[in-house]
Amino acid sequence: MATEPIIEARAIEKSYPQPDGTRIQVVGLTDFSIEPGKIIALLGASGCGKSTLLRILSGLSQPSSGAIFWHGKPLGGESPNVAIVFQSFALFPWLTVLENVEAPLEARGVAAVERRKRALRTLDTVGLDGFETAYPKELSGGMKQRVGFARALVVEPEVLFMDEPFSALDVLTAENLRGELLELWLNKKMPTNAIFIVTHNIEEAVMLADRIVVLGRNPARIRSDFNVKLSHPRDRKSGRFTELVDYIYKVMTEPDVEHPLPDPESTGEIVVPPGGLKRGEAPVKTSKYQILPHARVGGIAGLLELLHDRGGREDLFRLSEELVMDVEDLLPILEACQLLGFARLTEGDVQLSRRGVLFADADIQARKVLFREAALENVTLLKQIDSILKRKSDHAITDEFFHDILDEHFSEDEVQRQFDTAVNWGRYAEIFDYDRASGRLVQTETAQTEAPAAVIENHDSTPTPKA
Amino acid sequence: MKKSITLRGFSSYRLWTQLPRIEVSRLPDVIMFAAAIALFYGVAMVGRSWLGPAVPSAEISRSLSALPAYAGYSLLRITIAYGLSLGFALVYGYVAANNARAERFLLPLLDVLQSIPVLSFLPPVMMAMVALFPGRQLGVELGAILLIFTGQVWNMAFSFYASQKSIPNEMREAAKIYRFSWWQRFTQMELPFSAIGLVWNSMMSVAGGWFALMVCEMFVLGQRDFRLPGLGSYLQTAASAGDTTSIFWGVATMVTVVVLLDQFVWRPVIAWAEKFKVEQVESTDAPRSWVLNLVRHSSGLARIRQKTVQPMAERLLLHFARKHEEERPEERPAPWRDWLLRALAVAALAAISYGVVRVVIILSGVGKAELHVTALGLGATFLRVNLALLLGALWTIPAGVAIGFNPRLARIAQPLAQIAASVPATALLPVILLVLIRLGGGLGLASIVVLLLGTQWYVLFNVIAGTMAIPTDLKECCSVFRVRGIERWKKLILPGIFPYLVTGLVTASGGAWNASIVAEYFHFKGQIYTTTGLGATISQATDSGDFHLLLAATIMMAATVVTVNRLVWRRLYSLAETRFRLE
Repeated sequence: MATEPIIEARAIEKSYPQPDGTRIQVVGLTDFSIEPGKIIALLGASGCGKSTLLRILSGLSQPSSGAIFWHGKPLGGESPNVAIVFQSFALFPWLTVLENVEAPLEARGVAAVERRKRALRTLDTVGLDGFETAYPKELSGGMKQRVGFARALVVEPEVLFMDEPFSALDVLTAENLRGELLELWLNKKMPTNAIFIVTHNIEEAVMLADRIVVLGRNPARIRSDFNVKLSHPRDRKSGRFTELVDYIYKVMTEPDVEHPLPDPESTGEIVVPPGGLKRGEAPVKTSKYQILPHARVGGIAGLLELLHDRGGREDLFRLSEELVMDVEDLLPILEACQLLGFARLTEGDVQLSRRGVLFADADIQARKVLFREAALENVTLLKQIDSILKRKSDHAITDEFFHDILDEHFSEDEVQRQFDTAVNWGRYAEIFDYDRASGRLVQTETAQTEAPAAVIENHDSTPTPKA
Repeated sequence: MKKSITLRGFSSYRLWTQLPRIEVSRLPDVIMFAAAIALFYGVAMVGRSWLGPAVPSAEISRSLSALPAYAGYSLLRITIAYGLSLGFALVYGYVAANNARAERFLLPLLDVLQSIPVLSFLPPVMMAMVALFPGRQLGVELGAILLIFTGQVWNMAFSFYASQKSIPNEMREAAKIYRFSWWQRFTQMELPFSAIGLVWNSMMSVAGGWFALMVCEMFVLGQRDFRLPGLGSYLQTAASAGDTTSIFWGVATMVTVVVLLDQFVWRPVIAWAEKFKVEQVESTDAPRSWVLNLVRHSSGLARIRQKTVQPMAERLLLHFARKHEEERPEERPAPWRDWLLRALAVAALAAISYGVVRVVIILSGVGKAELHVTALGLGATFLRVNLALLLGALWTIPAGVAIGFNPRLARIAQPLAQIAASVPATALLPVILLVLIRLGGGLGLASIVVLLLGTQWYVLFNVIAGTMAIPTDLKECCSVFRVRGIERWKKLILPGIFPYLVTGLVTASGGAWNASIVAEYFHFKGQIYTTTGLGATISQATDSGDFHLLLAATIMMAATVVTVNRLVWRRLYSLAETRFRLE
């Protein structure tokens, strides 16, 4: 790049200390820069640390090591001129729309008359004139986010950060707002030099961005970084568009395989090759313990049934489009199917395995047996629980024991999620019962599993649309 | 068409709320002007009395004509004490929420302070204040005010702290990324976010202030007799003389003042605070207040605001903003500040250790027999408090559930209960005693009735709220499956109201411990009525100026309350939050 970057991160890393003295790394060693004149999209699955990266780049939080440079000078002396549009809008409900937009100017000591003038002008730009005296709670979600945009733009930030700005909105509203944002940007009506948007919506990224960065997780590290050369307006149905979306799907779902960019000449241009930064990368101690994807049994069964109806193989992109599910929601279910040996991911397609076919065909009781087999074969945590329960004389143990095991490998929230997932799977597989009040895991009495025929499946499943 | 609609909806209340909208009317301005004059007169009168020579034991007149002035004095004391409480709560809560190191000390301290009864603060506070302003009435007055303050401040401080802690992360980040100065953060985020909690706790605190009034306006401290003109002392004097008529008028005055306060202060404030509710959509039935409408439509007030408050606020805002912009975050605070902080910490530690040593010395002076009596009293009060709670729960749960399930009943019963709840139980004590003594009971029974009267309302309100919060589909499910009678209580109602019930009982329990002091020891018709109890011990110790015993009993009570909170209520709370939460 010839242009000098506005913000540059050099060898940053972020980790949190654990009670036992070790550190859990959320953002791995990363170099990164934001250049002027571009919309940069940061893609990644949920909980992969993309929001953390945004907060470090915007100066909200400090990296554990490494440094952020603002126009070549280390950040720290002055606060950079940036703004953030938040997922939850983060407006002040007791201030009117106008007061909300004026607040950042007040903080900069702009006098009342000038303040009002600039705020009104910005509100006009985002299409909010007439709403000045309304309170945020009187507005719809889309209108609220417009206020969020106006508040960010009124300070004329050099970089506009957006943290999943459209994900709290319904599909149509999000589409509309995205279009307007792009229009303002392309017509140079936006008083900002660069936009950095964090999202988990692949199509959104391909629609908007001039450069896309895909993050891997545990810890977050750049997996692929490329420029998008499609011209605006971009057509969702065009071959190049779908090719690019497909490519990103592959990068996200099959992290261990190297994928070539579809058409480097016209669609994309590699900034950093897939596979991440190799240069000077310090060896990081990452967790070797198996991570359970946060998927519910109901979701897994639903997906398997759907795949079976489709003849056992389906394109991932088409699947997510049809289910109207973000990759963020679909990915854990896919990973769970893969982990349990019910399905395989190849070339951006998902393929049902023999066991998966058996599961999809089976009735409720037989499914439980199949799931139990698969779980005890593949899931380390459930294997551990099962063998301990079998060995103990009273066939029971407190959950703290497993919390302790997981504590060594995961952060506090993740421990809870891992445990909850294991409980959901273990209960369904009838490996154990769990009494939340007393925190005890008790082995399920096997005699009972054969007796009742009319068990109603009540595992909170995500509803599967019947096609 | 429009006219007929207006006519149909015509009522005097309607007229009253519409009135300020009629531009011709200057009524709001006239009323506000009159209020200002009245206020000025009041300030002048009070100033003359307070800055005059000390009259520590004023003659309390029992004539009816004295009542308005007494009510005014009491109200003023409560108001000033409330102002102090608010200021203190804001500072304490702010520091606790924004400084992790301070938080570790301030929170447990709050827990303990909250469980110390008002009366235990009395001797030291009074002595200090009288010594500070020798020969002036101001000293005694300030003493009384500070005592009321100690009864009001803690829950407000805690509420402010807890609200700030629950500010959403992204909102805080917005304030940071847009470079709010601390002043802007405080006025545009922290204070507004905490407003609703503060308002409700203020109401509770002021109600507690009326309760404390009975103790603070008239008491004996060792050899000295303190009496301040006020409603509390009026009621006590009337009770001592057994003058039923005066007691009645005294109570009536208090109820009137409480109702007026509700209409002129709390309702408008609640309606105004509605805008601070953090919600995604506007609620349909927001609280309203005709007084607030009046104030909002007073153009005179608006003009004054425009000329004074607004420019002031603007200048403050810009001043702090510019200061904040000039600040460099990397600048370390000057080394002398570090040293000052360290010196202060050492001084505080020294003071604390000195205090602890003194307390141990004083406690070692407490005789075995006294300790025995105190321990016995602790047991008696413990039983009494819990009996009162149980009795309260026994009638309020069915009543509250009945009201909660019946919206029409709720509309009638709730305001009535609110008025009943606002009458301080201590004011009723003489009446209850009179009745019970005639019936042949003693203070032992009467004290339970007083505890009950003082605390049952918290339970009732919470049960009503809890019942109304039970989702309709659960109720319908129960009727579809014909779940009735005891089963319905066990399956639906009790689990449904559990979190609310726990909240109500916690508040009631704390209130009951505090009330035991007034309830167990009472001057009546020239006699002292007393019964075995920790509250009685504390009252007695204050009366006779026995600091050893007072200290021992206070520590015991505080320790008991804190222990019960930790062992029982906190566990029930966490149970309520996990198992019985409706999502």
